Formats: sequence, C-alpha cells, structure tokens
Amino acid sequence: MAASETRIVTKLLRDRPDDSWTIEAALENGAYDALRKALTMTPEQIGEEHVKASGLRGRGGAGFGTGQKWSFLPDGVFPRYLAVNADEGEPSTFKDRMLIERDPHQLIEGIVITAYAIDCHEAFVYLRGEFALGAERLEQALADAYARGFAGPDILGSGFDLEIVLHRGAGAYVAGDETGLLESLEGERALPRIKPPFPAIQGLYAQPTVVNNVETLSTVPHIVQRGGDWYAGLGVNRSTGTRIFSVSGHVRRPGNYEVELGMSFRELIFDLAGGIRDGRELKFFVPGGASSPWLMPEHLDAPLDMDYVQNELKSMLGSGAVMVFDETTSPALVAWRLAKFFAHESCGKCTPCREGSGWIEKVLYRIAHDEGRPEDLDLLLDFGATIVPGLNAPFAQTTICALGPSTMSPVVSLERWFRAEILELCGVAPSSVGRAI
Amino acid sequence: MTFTPDNLARARAAMARYPYAKSAILPLLHLAQDQDGWVTPEAMVEIAVLLGITPAQVLGTCSFYTMFKREPVGRLVVSVCTNVSCLVNGGPELLQSLRTRYAGDDDVFVEEVECLAACDLAPVLQVNYEFHGPLTAEAAEALVDDYKTGSRRPRAVSGGRVG
Repeated sequence: MAASETRIVTKLLRDRPDDSWTIEAALENGAYDALRKALTMTPEQIGEEHVKASGLRGRGGAGFGTGQKWSFLPDGVFPRYLAVNADEGEPSTFKDRMLIERDPHQLIEGIVITAYAIDCHEAFVYLRGEFALGAERLEQALADAYARGFAGPDILGSGFDLEIVLHRGAGAYVAGDETGLLESLEGERALPRIKPPFPAIQGLYAQPTVVNNVETLSTVPHIVQRGGDWYAGLGVNRSTGTRIFSVSGHVRRPGNYEVELGMSFRELIFDLAGGIRDGRELKFFVPGGASSPWLMPEHLDAPLDMDYVQNELKSMLGSGAVMVFDETTSPALVAWRLAKFFAHESCGKCTPCREGSGWIEKVLYRIAHDEGRPEDLDLLLDFGATIVPGLNAPFAQTTICALGPSTMSPVVSLERWFRAEILELCGVAPSSVGRAI
Repeated sequence: MTFTPDNLARARAAMARYPYAKSAILPLLHLAQDQDGWVTPEAMVEIAVLLGITPAQVLGTCSFYTMFKREPVGRLVVSVCTNVSCLVNGGPELLQSLRTRYAGDDDVFVEEVECLAACDLAPVLQVNYEFHGPLTAEAAEALVDDYKTGSRRPRAVSGGRVG
C-alpha cells in the first residue's frame, strides 16, 4: 500500500486551500480552542505534562527538545522574551513559508500558548524579509487576533497580556542562527554570538529568551488540545509526531508533505513526491538541507528518524529539506553551488568559515567546470580539516555557529560517495583511482 | 531623501514597538527603501538621528543585508534563484536570459539570489518580492513586461504594498 500523509499542522491549509489564512476559516476549524484550554491550565502543566511529554523536538534543524528548551529559563528573571524564528533560509526548505502564508492563526495560537507557558509578555516574529505575502498575511492575522482578544492585553479575559511584534528581516541566511537572529533583532549585523551564555539565560537584550521555529510553534496548539501522550504516540523512537518535509529537485511532484516520523525516504520520495521524473534513476539525495551530508539510493529504506539518520547514516534530517537528484546530475556542480551559497552567506566573524568557505567555492568551481587539478580533492580535504577537524559527522566545530562546518558537508559527501568521479574530473587517470594520490 | 510626514509617523510608531529603539533599524531601512526605491545616504543619516546612533552604525547594519540597495535599482527588482533545486530546473539559464533581455533597462534590476524557499516552484523568481514559478525564459519576460507596462501592479521595491 502506498504511503500517505498524516496531516496535523497542514490539515486546515490543505482542507481550505482558498481561504485557510482568514480568521473565519481558522475559527470554523477550531482555531484558538487550544488557547482557551491552555489558559485554564498552569504554565507548568503545559510545559511538563504536554510539551515535554510529547517529545516534540525543534523543527528548525537542530532538533532540540522544545519542552526542555523552555525549562532552561532561570526562575525569577524578567522580562523574558519569545523570539519566533521565521527566517527560513536553509536551501530547499519551504515549509515555514507555507505555514506562515496559509495558516498564520495556527502560528499565532502557538505563540500565545508558548508565551503563556514561559511567562513572557512580548514576542517577536523574525520573518524572512523576502516573504512579502507572508508578512501581509501575518500582519492581517495579528490584527484579527488582537481584535478578537486572542492577543494583546487580557487575552480572553484571563489577565494574561502578550504583545506580538512582526519584525521583517532583510536578507541574511545567518540571521536564521538563533543568536544571529537575536543580534539582528537588536539592530546589528546578524553575527552569531559565542555560547554560553545560551539565549535561555541571556538572549534578546541580555534577558532570558526562548527561540522557537515556526513549525515547532504551529505544533504546540495540537499538543495542548489533544495531549502530550497522544503526540508521543505518533512517530518512532525519540522522533515523535509528524514533520513536514520539503521535497524538491528531480521529482514528479515537488512540495511539502507532512508525514509521521518513521516513514522511509523511499515512501516519501517515491509514493508522495511521485519518484524521479522523465523515467530516470535516482543518483543521490540530500536528506535535511544544504548542511546535511548526502545519501545514496542504498539508503532509501532508512527511516525518517532524526537519531537514526545521525548515528547510522552520519547525516541529519536537519530542516526537513529533501533534495533529489537524478542520474544526469553532476555531483560536483551541486557541491559547488552549495559551497557558493555558504561562501556568500558566511558572516565573516570566524576565520575558518570566512576564509575556508571562499577557498572551497573556488576549488569546487574549477572541478565542476572542467578545470580541476589532480591535487584538488586532497587540497579540499586538507584545508577542510582546519574547519572540521577529523572530517567525521557529526562535524566538529571550529567556528561560533554551525555555518562553518556546514561548508564542508558537500566536500565530505563528494569524498564519501563520488571519489572516483571527482578524481576523474580532476584529471587523475582512471587506473589510479581508488589509490591514494 | 528624508521621510515624508506620513512615513515619519510610521517610523516613530515602529520605534515605539521595541524596548530599545535601535531594534527598529531594519523596519526603518525597509520604510526608506519603499519610499525612495533605494536606501539613500540622506535616509541613513535621518535614521541615525531618529535612533540616536551614528550614520556609520546605520550603514554598518544596512550593508550586511542583501535586500537593501545602496544605489538606485529601478522600479522593478527581479530576483532569480540559482540554488540547487533551481539549478537543476533551469534557474541559471533563466537568470542569463533575463540579464540579457533587460541589460541597460533603467526600470528593471535583475539579480541572482540564494534559495527563496519556494523550491516547489523551481525555477522561481520574485518581482519586488512577489513569487512566480515555475517559469520559462519567455514566460518570465512576458511577466516582467506586464509589470513594466503597468498591467500588473508591483509591490514597492522592499516588498511593501504600494499606496
């Protein structure tokens, strides 16, 4: 039997494609019922009995326990802030944009419940600047939510107040790093901060701050409404619940698919996204955004399980962006384009990333454009080891944020799966391929 | 240019939403760019005065973000993605043909951009931050021409609604 989606956070936007973002459609489908319920509970009940018990892990990429993150806030230190990471920029990830444009009330409800659970009265939505329609829809949704008492002062007569500020970014991938985001929100260049202190202790304006992703927050109302145990019953192992995967590249039906974790890559790519188009074969796929090491057809039956992909496949589910490439694709060209992305987006704060990302891009450019030199792969691995010591996943880090090690992901992938093809591009005779050069 | 009275009121309202006024720097830069089509040196000075910081600090933040244009770019900003999902679906070819077609056109600024988070529409582009895709080179030119002639109404160059 062909695999199918399990629609929880994507239910309304799939059921009502023509008006899912309006307050009317949202209310007809039970929006803000979970908020009413949450306001009858204590913050601890929401955090512990529901969100922590649900096993929900952050959907932005790092996969950290959401309830655990909330629990790190120090007692008695106020004000504290909620920063919503809506700066979706990991290449080939497009789930948060859909959630913002097409179900903004679900996100707002998640924000209000979360703020109530962490005793915070001001939330900032850091929205990617290029999302003009998203900004418009979210702004309208916020106005409607304020007008009906779901946000603002004395929410639904509970005495709980929350201001929600929509803040548009202006084009910077690194602002999606949680500390880069906070710097940007303070009016600075989005240069990530050294941790510790972690944002929970000293975040926005040096106050305790929770930074949560859009999909994570959009899931919270469902957990509160149906119970943490219900959510924990979905999924597999420590990867509970559902996730939205953005599938793109050489597939017949590129798009977002919300599936129960534990489904296989094969079911996602072939049953849901329609498989490889034009009757071609799969050559390789990138399982979790540009920062994740690539996987091969032999990994198709692996489960969508964050820990399995990290521990057994030495990669990661990351942001849930699955990029699929057919047999006509040049791995060197894809690696170069990803390297170019990292070189462009490196903020320049840490030397290994600032200098290394440019070197990687230059060397991969010549390999991908028939100018490769016999020593190029070794050269990449040699200086790459100064960015990622050991070159083994999960990547060791010599930089403040994860952008640094991510620059080596395409290189490590080429070495792992396409060594012979790359050496040939570099002019190393096929007879010597496989031997150390 | 400096803010019109209406936009000055908007700027002050934006500043009031943050515990510290400096947080309003990106909103104010967007506002200036929506008004003038780019971020002028005069706007950076005015924003500095409003926020109580130096113009160099405003420039420092402004120059970090790709959406802010520090020289005139014309009425229409056409942003073409060439990151990997678009790469394998014709994004670079789309970029090349649009660059050729609108070379020397003062109205149209064609730029290569990183992933726009719309890979289901690959190859995708934005015209003043409105998404369009998937597009052939011919369809993209017809689209940009529609914006040029006014049969499609563009957003402001920072993505805000005009009027």
